[in-house]
Amino acid sequence: MADVVLKQIRKRFGPIETIHGVDLNIRDGEFCVFVGPSGCGKSTLLRLIAGLEDISDGELRIGGDVVNDTVPKDRGVAMVFQSYALYPHMSVFENMAFGLDLAKHSKDEQNARVMAAAKTLQLEELLDRKPKELSGGQRQRVAIGRAIVRKPRVFLFDEPLSNLDAALRVQMRIELAKLHEKLNTTMIYVTHDQVEAMTMADKIVVLRAGTVEQVGTPLELYHYPANLFVAGFIGSPKMNFISAKITQVSQQSVTLKLESGKEVSLPVDGSGLATADRVTVGIRPEHCSIADQDTALFTGTVEVVEHLGEAGLVYVRTGSDELFVARVAGDTAIKTGETVGIQAAEQDCYVFDTADMAKRRLAVDNAPLKAQMALN
Amino acid sequence: MAHASSLTRSRRRSAWIFLIPMLAILAVVAGWPLLRTFYFGFTDANLSDLSSYSFIGIENFYAVYDGEAYGLLIDPEWWQAVWNTLFFSVISVSLETALGMVVALVLNQNFRGRGLVRAAVLIPWAIPTIVSARMWNWMLHDQFGIINDMLMKLGILSAPIAWTASPDWAMSAVILVDVWKTTPFMALLILAALQMLPGDCYEAARVDGIHPVRVFFKVTLPLIKPAVMVAVIFRALDALRVFDVIYVLTPNNPQTTTMSVYARQQLVDFQEVGYGSAASTLLFVVIAFCIMAYIMIGRVRLDEGGH
Ligand SMILES: Nc1ncnc2c1ncn2[C@@H]1O[C@H](COP(=O)(O)OP(=O)(O)OP(=O)(O)O)[C@@H](O)[C@H]1O
Ligand SMILES: [Mg+2]
Repeated sequence: MADVVLKQIRKRFGPIETIHGVDLNIRDGEFCVFVGPSGCGKSTLLRLIAGLEDISDGELRIGGDVVNDTVPKDRGVAMVFQSYALYPHMSVFENMAFGLDLAKHSKDEQNARVMAAAKTLQLEELLDRKPKELSGGQRQRVAIGRAIVRKPRVFLFDEPLSNLDAALRVQMRIELAKLHEKLNTTMIYVTHDQVEAMTMADKIVVLRAGTVEQVGTPLELYHYPANLFVAGFIGSPKMNFISAKITQVSQQSVTLKLESGKEVSLPVDGSGLATADRVTVGIRPEHCSIADQDTALFTGTVEVVEHLGEAGLVYVRTGSDELFVARVAGDTAIKTGETVGIQAAEQDCYVFDTADMAKRRLAVDNAPLKAQMALN
Repeated sequence: MAHASSLTRSRRRSAWIFLIPMLAILAVVAGWPLLRTFYFGFTDANLSDLSSYSFIGIENFYAVYDGEAYGLLIDPEWWQAVWNTLFFSVISVSLETALGMVVALVLNQNFRGRGLVRAAVLIPWAIPTIVSARMWNWMLHDQFGIINDMLMKLGILSAPIAWTASPDWAMSAVILVDVWKTTPFMALLILAALQMLPGDCYEAARVDGIHPVRVFFKVTLPLIKPAVMVAVIFRALDALRVFDVIYVLTPNNPQTTTMSVYARQQLVDFQEVGYGSAASTLLFVVIAFCIMAYIMIGRVRLDEGGH
């Protein structure tokens, strides 16, 4: 078990820098998730920690020791690859035992460790099979088992669930969370799926183009996104953005005029803003409701209605280019072509300044988040 | 499968239509000569007059006249040729496989100028055997050869050796030239297999800190084994039929006479078409036997190995 600390980590492939000075502090036993769009450098960062790539600049510490120049095996990490990377000609048992040092571990100990891992992951029946005789989920479990038997200080996962179907993903997600609870080892987990990030992480690191956009707990990122990018990335369907003009500003609230002409007063810290500034208002689909046209924030024509069963998604054309999405009750009677009004509570709105930075929201009312923040 | 569907039937028909030209040509250029050779093996045909010959049964292989046995099966020169061939094949193919593996492993690494080196390595394979054998002939020449010259200057030899003529060295010289020529081919086939290997397994092994030697024997070797086995078959087939290197490098040396050389000698030099054909037929049988034994012992999967 160990903490992982990154200080101004940079990575260059030839002349091109892909990781631009990442600072990160992952505590011992923490489940840390790297999320970000494709190509943002999640895998690269993970491979830097594993030692599969050389660090161009900066300092990496695992368990207090600087490991920049330490070979992978002495870093005490185990990695689970997206493609599983199982040895195709070895049985499940051999795959799991292969990583154990023959010199350090006796045959009995190897057996014991593999059997224990197989039990945890319900692989006992499959120990004699070859990888090609396994389903995707089973292969994934073998790959995880191979990491477990080594008893590493840090687990590294690179999109381990992305090759699985939706149902299996949910199941494996829960199993991984249970595993983390049981082992209580530091885990670093890469995904581009923000649902995975939100459900599994103690700490989420949002990356964009090789830089860290924000680090925080899932609820922090949801309620206090640092900027427009994080706000758009966390949450599904993604947050709606509409532009507005400030008419009145104070440290307790900001009054804005929407493009629809409607004026609203939002409980956010307006310091740094001035009247007549153009800002972006963010509203999450789940905070929207359909309202009377005269009380609504704005109105629009319904273009598409998606029925998810437990809820419905209404896509409204409000004049701007993007469709506005509202999440409504599953039994909604709204139909394509209707004109509807959209309403949202003031405390649920987000405000971003011209540089896309978020303004502090003052009326967030979320009990678990408050409990978390009180703890820290 | 009582009735194949009409689609299956029409597919089969077009498959045959595409195959017929090739089968016809094979029958003419390979099947017919082969059958004729088989047949000649049971006749007393002579190169001086191929229009008249008669069927003599197995007399070319074994016959007894006046209490004395004649024929290929009891000809010590033939059995010497068989032994030479097997010895040559086993040693040269083993050396080529081992060296080819080393070369392939080196070429599989990332280094500057890799493409150039890969192309350069192929040169010995690209030179026609006659040319390279002639070249080696000069290099190994007992009086003017560069090999003797260098070894003497280095003080390893005190007197020049007649590499290709001496009974002690002739076979080694032939094997040396064959290994020099064919190792690139082996290396290329093994390199192709190496490049198919799943790269992520090696990264996993690196993170797990498994020693590279262990990775080679436990991961690389088992994974490329099918391809190597097939490459060895190709090479073994070639080596068992070896003719040109030996014909150019060490003509008329009983220490290096192989089955093919023996058959040619009978057919052309002694004009014994019947006897030479019998030797060719036996050559065919010996090769078929060797390859079958290899496939069964090595449990080679021809259907899987190629890719
Ligand atoms: N070996 C390499 N040589 C050059 N550039 C590389 C190399 N590996 C990665 N990159 C570049 O680094 C950037 C980050 O790649 P990386 O694989 O870390 O992305 P990612 O966040 O894991 O994306 P994805 O979600 O698609 O897996 C990309 O722009 C990629 O082109
Ligand atoms: Mg990746």
